Amino acid sequence: MRSTVLTDEAGQDANKAPNPGISAENPRRTGGNLVQLISPKGERISHPEFDLWVSDVTDEQLCSLYEDMTVIRRIDAEATALQRQGELALWPPLLGQEASQIGSGRALRDDDFVFPSYRDNGVAYCRGVEPTDMVRAWRGNASFGWDPYRYNIATQQIMIGSQTLHATGYAMGIQDDGADSVAVAFFGDGATSEGDVNEAMVFAASFQAPVVFICQNNHWAISEPVRIQSHIQIADRASGFGIPSMRVDGNDVLAVLAVTRIALDRARKGGGPTFIEAVTYRMGPHTTADDPTRYRDANELEDWAAKDPIARLKALLRTKGLLTDEVEAKTKAKADEVAGNLRAGVINMPDPAPLDLFNHVYSTPNSWIERQKDHYSRYLESFSGSTQEGAL
Amino acid sequence: MIKEFRLPDLGEGLTESEILSWKVAVGDTVTLNQVIAEVETAKAVVELPSPFAGTVAALHEQAGSVVEVGKPIVSFEVDDVAAPPPNGTAPSAATAGVAGSDARTSSEPVGTGSPVGAPAKREPNLVGYGAVVEKSGRPARRPRAIGGGIAEGGPAPAAGQPAPVPAPTAPTAAPNEPTAEQERPRSTPPVRKLARDLGIDLELIKGTGPAGLITRSDVQDFAAGSQVQVSAPEVAPASGPAVGVSAERETRTPIKGVRKFTAAAMVQSAFTAPHVTEFLTIDVTPTMELLARLKASREFAGYKLTPLTIAAKAVLIALRRNPTLNSRWDEGAQEIVQFNYVNLGIAAATPRGLTVPNIKDADKMTLLELSTALSELTDTARSGKTSPSDLSGGTISITNIGVFGIDAGTPILNPGEAAIVALGSVRKAPWVHNDELAVRQVMSLSLSFDHRLVDGEQGSRFLADLGAILSDPATVITMV
Repeated sequence: MRSTVLTDEAGQDANKAPNPGISAENPRRTGGNLVQLISPKGERISHPEFDLWVSDVTDEQLCSLYEDMTVIRRIDAEATALQRQGELALWPPLLGQEASQIGSGRALRDDDFVFPSYRDNGVAYCRGVEPTDMVRAWRGNASFGWDPYRYNIATQQIMIGSQTLHATGYAMGIQDDGADSVAVAFFGDGATSEGDVNEAMVFAASFQAPVVFICQNNHWAISEPVRIQSHIQIADRASGFGIPSMRVDGNDVLAVLAVTRIALDRARKGGGPTFIEAVTYRMGPHTTADDPTRYRDANELEDWAAKDPIARLKALLRTKGLLTDEVEAKTKAKADEVAGNLRAGVINMPDPAPLDLFNHVYSTPNSWIERQKDHYSRYLESFSGSTQEGAL
Repeated sequence: MIKEFRLPDLGEGLTESEILSWKVAVGDTVTLNQVIAEVETAKAVVELPSPFAGTVAALHEQAGSVVEVGKPIVSFEVDDVAAPPPNGTAPSAATAGVAGSDARTSSEPVGTGSPVGAPAKREPNLVGYGAVVEKSGRPARRPRAIGGGIAEGGPAPAAGQPAPVPAPTAPTAAPNEPTAEQERPRSTPPVRKLARDLGIDLELIKGTGPAGLITRSDVQDFAAGSQVQVSAPEVAPASGPAVGVSAERETRTPIKGVRKFTAAAMVQSAFTAPHVTEFLTIDVTPTMELLARLKASREFAGYKLTPLTIAAKAVLIALRRNPTLNSRWDEGAQEIVQFNYVNLGIAAATPRGLTVPNIKDADKMTLLELSTALSELTDTARSGKTSPSDLSGGTISITNIGVFGIDAGTPILNPGEAAIVALGSVRKAPWVHNDELAVRQVMSLSLSFDHRLVDGEQGSRFLADLGAILSDPATVITMV
């Protein structure tokens, strides 16, 4: 599959050799291998093999992809602002990665199970998670915001890459059940350097488990550029485990949709795991506590702004005459509404009670936790009825 | 209704931030999420979006001040009717069910005047603001019953404060309180050890730390205090009359911002690039005459022409013949980058410290364009508005130490560049001119270069070319 793919519009650094040892002439590093169906300018590039997988996408669905991407960008911006206003302790922006997350998230079936990282709020949005629930933990109000089994998306992992092990394990369970659902792990380029991810791929290949590894290569592991982390393309790491891989333009929602469907289909039919490298770019900071201007060139951001995932879909919709005033207004209204609800939800979120800390440690009653809870409640009790002045 | 906005913790666990600039003024109308200020934390420079829509009622902190997290920085006059929640004016936002959000953002000072006797009420405490400030020290915990003999619920007078016992008095039990046992003054194990080593009874010391905690410096101060009593005659006169009580003998300024950045850059440059510095003193009288002629010419009327302008042009011409000096050592790639353009850096002293903004593609510029670019660059730098892109990507730099009346120096390379030229001051001096002693206008040039990239030959040729141009501008004809 790798040999059939098309142009490379990934930034020049994506394929640049880091030093003479791994030479710039190395064909594995230079160009190519990027599935793309919408060019950065918004032209629809046709390719028989991949077009097949998105031929059912109607104009209406194309518009709804645009809406989802616009809404998640707005949610992201609002959450960033809420952090700056002291309402959230921290927020990891996903700006620039909307197509990677919406394109793959929308390819999933309800009974597939997603294992996301902290940045994959676009996938969570596709699964139906309420935006307010996405920020609950970032406000420090709960250990986690949503019930994983309600939406079939697990808790977002802060630990880098450990969710890939969970996904592989879950996929092995699916095999035991004889079901045809798929476990899907989302992680970043940096995670591929972690032991967990490598172990997960070994097991996935050994058991031919129905798991899809979706790596959003956003070019930066905090301040570490991907070219230093990997001297070959990230997608090529998978071949070392015997896992077929695809390298897709992560800012092209249609191409991401197509390759995700291919991978899911293979997994459902017993074809085992697939690794997808969605080549995208983190246009914002790593988190709100990070300042990317300290380690990356402004020109790089400019290059990637020209490949903006939403702008290119917008251009395509305009060319097709689909971007009517009505669609624009509806999308804007939806984004405004969701952002307004998010803000209201955050500001009115009740603080948790101190004893809530003991909930959800175990799913069943546990005497040791009960004992700790009892001690703590008596400790808290000791404060009642006293005054500051009278304190010891 | 007035709403206060308190400085949030913008990173993870920050205690303070510096307000770099205000983007709004008192009386301005702001919309929700409009950028109101630029703030520098230990981690990043970030823009603060307004949490309210309304009118700016007051700015509590000046630009340039370092503010503790949790302190009010700005107040807004917010429309009562329309906007109970800050999102009241979010464009067409659904605002149903968002009333009563005031607790978090109310102007009621957090943590002060906490309602006595009503501890059950939860204090609003913004996420990231850290624990509520407790004015009276420790949490209001009830005294623990000791020995089982104390009646529950009895009045708890100000018993527990680690009694501020005046120094040498014996640590008597607090009078009139036979029942409540005095709690031992609090301190940490290392401090207790220090006190024991020094033979000091901790009960004699008044703690100045949080909740009366005795700190290391309290013990040291106490120890020092005891010594003063013993050897007072020696110590007192020595420091006493010499300096007035008000005069500070040392001023300690936190290392931050541009100073910190400059220091890191200089250290990096000085210890990675082996510097060589060469000097050349030349007679620049012909250049000064040329400058005078140009200034008088109609073409340059209204433009700012200085020796720096001519010297910058001369550097650019000399570089054409000696391009090695316009290159970079790329350690990561193990490559030497030869720039086929010149981004000419000019070291500028600004209110925030040293910056080296550069003129992009200076080699393509005419003298007129160069003079314009130079004035713009220095004006922008002095007003502190230089953008990051102007500061990055320089390929060679000039530092004009002559404006301070200095002749020569050994400049440190701007990191990533191969050469830097320091221009000394132009001064009249005795000089051998046409085999006779004459009073001429003389200037020293200092050139530092990175010896990894540039050999002595190339550096010397460049400096000789530069000197030749400035001592006889007509030689340019032989060079271009």
